[in-house]
Amino acid sequence: MANILVVAETRNGELRSVAHEVVTAARQAADAVGGEVHALVFGTAGAGAAAADALGRHGADVVVAVESAGLEKYDAESMAATVAARLGSGGYRAGFFAASAQGRDLAPRVAAILGVSLASDVTEVTLSADALVAKHPVYVGKAIATLRLTGTPALASFRPGSVSAADAPRSARVEPMAPAADPSASRVVVKELVARGDAKLDLGEAPVIVAGGRGLRAAENFRLVEDLAAAFGNAAVGATRAVTDDGWRPATDQIGQTGRMVNPTLYVAVGISGAIQHLAGMRTSRTIVAINRDKDAPIFKLADYGIVGDLFEIVPRLTEEIRKAKGG
Amino acid sequence: MKIAVCIKRVPDTEMRFAIAADGKSLDQAGLKFDISDFDGYAVEVALRLTEKDGGEVAVICLGPDGVQETIRKAFSMGAARGVQLKADAIPFDGSAIAAALAAELREGGYDLVLFGRQATDSGNGTVGPMTAHLLGLPCVTAVSHLELGAGRGTAHRELEGIAEVVEFPLPAVLTIDEGIARPRLPSLKGIMAAKKKTIDVRPAQLGEARLTVETMALPPERAAGRIVGEGPDAVPELVRLLKTEAKVL
Repeated sequence: MANILVVAETRNGELRSVAHEVVTAARQAADAVGGEVHALVFGTAGAGAAAADALGRHGADVVVAVESAGLEKYDAESMAATVAARLGSGGYRAGFFAASAQGRDLAPRVAAILGVSLASDVTEVTLSADALVAKHPVYVGKAIATLRLTGTPALASFRPGSVSAADAPRSARVEPMAPAADPSASRVVVKELVARGDAKLDLGEAPVIVAGGRGLRAAENFRLVEDLAAAFGNAAVGATRAVTDDGWRPATDQIGQTGRMVNPTLYVAVGISGAIQHLAGMRTSRTIVAINRDKDAPIFKLADYGIVGDLFEIVPRLTEEIRKAKGG
Repeated sequence: MKIAVCIKRVPDTEMRFAIAADGKSLDQAGLKFDISDFDGYAVEVALRLTEKDGGEVAVICLGPDGVQETIRKAFSMGAARGVQLKADAIPFDGSAIAAALAAELREGGYDLVLFGRQATDSGNGTVGPMTAHLLGLPCVTAVSHLELGAGRGTAHRELEGIAEVVEFPLPAVLTIDEGIARPRLPSLKGIMAAKKKTIDVRPAQLGEARLTVETMALPPERAAGRIVGEGPDAVPELVRLLKTEAKVL
């Protein structure tokens, strides 16, 4: 058998966009080796049935529903044990995860339990009977490695945003599975979840990111960036390391080598010169716009569209034009 | 408190990269090397904990003899002991590395084993949790804030828009995120002391490498962008291009 198990990530009982992306990747890989896609969902009673329509739409044949009290939030140890038990039960050629914060925690634990290797944070995968071949950015995106992974099940985690969720509709049947370990026995216990910021769109999921750098000169001027993000309506706000180091923005806003790696449809860099450290986190954005006063700034080499000049004049005008374009 | 920090020597990513003749690695000419970013944070966290509560920091670094330079950097920051797990090359497969580290750490009697969240070269972030499993220890990844009490710890993890507050028992394996504690610069005294310290060198007991690099390439160059114009008057043209050409509005 050549089935693929996907861990479909949820938060607050809702499937995350990465879940659809990874199911799409699994559908393509399963078709190549002639297998089924099984999407595993953790949650409380009813979680599997609630996710079945959406997962079936992207190509899942089976929803493996692991429902139990204590599984409404991430529990690394018991979930790793359950995923490993399922993958080890036979019939699985591969196990796919999102390389989200949760998936990057879960996947290596599962690999270690099974004694197999993991291709981490990949952007595309080709699966055959004898190997999984994957692309993976290395050296903070300054080079791309083609990896070869042998062994079964072959585990891979997918960089968020690297696969576009596509429709491959079918009616997914829900198959219950008992958890392989009791979450209340886990040594690492989640005591609390703390919302960061005002629960705006997360950088990893926002189609548009407006990011600000030192060129904004002071923390209070980030209002210009926030206003522009608000005009888009579907944008998150990011920042450079210089800005988060200075405390103008929280560390969680940092995009770059030591911060978040993002992959939006549109990235607007405001007052950002374009240090390697920052470019490492956003160079794969589909369309990049740069606004900077220095025409020789490195960001203009990467940007699809640039405007040279005073951001304090340009950004308010852009906010106004975007608002108009959005019909607001 | 006895703390081990597993560190990696990586190329400085500010340098210009070229692909070597073998087609699957970086051309080493002109590369500078340093401790991987997140590993520097992990060393700093370990030093602060032992400065506060007493104890000792040991650093463990796997690789060829060049890694001794990285171990000495950790010495100059204040690490007391250093171990080189000698290998001709650092495998790409995290599970092969984890086997060697677990073999070294198993009888070490450490209260804490720290890693950086991920290495800046491979970008895998798998060795910490894999090593924890081999050691049978609890593991918390991407720790952005840490407090230790008697036999227990509390950590914060950043999870894309929310933070988790988790509790764990010691001993434990933690991987350290950016922002928790800015690594100190080596002091002159530290640099002098580092020269006198000895590094324990042992052969690395690597696991089987099932994940290998077949080829490596530089990323495709982005098509040359264009300067739409200067000043706010260029804004309408930019918006038109975003709408009609890039089709992102």
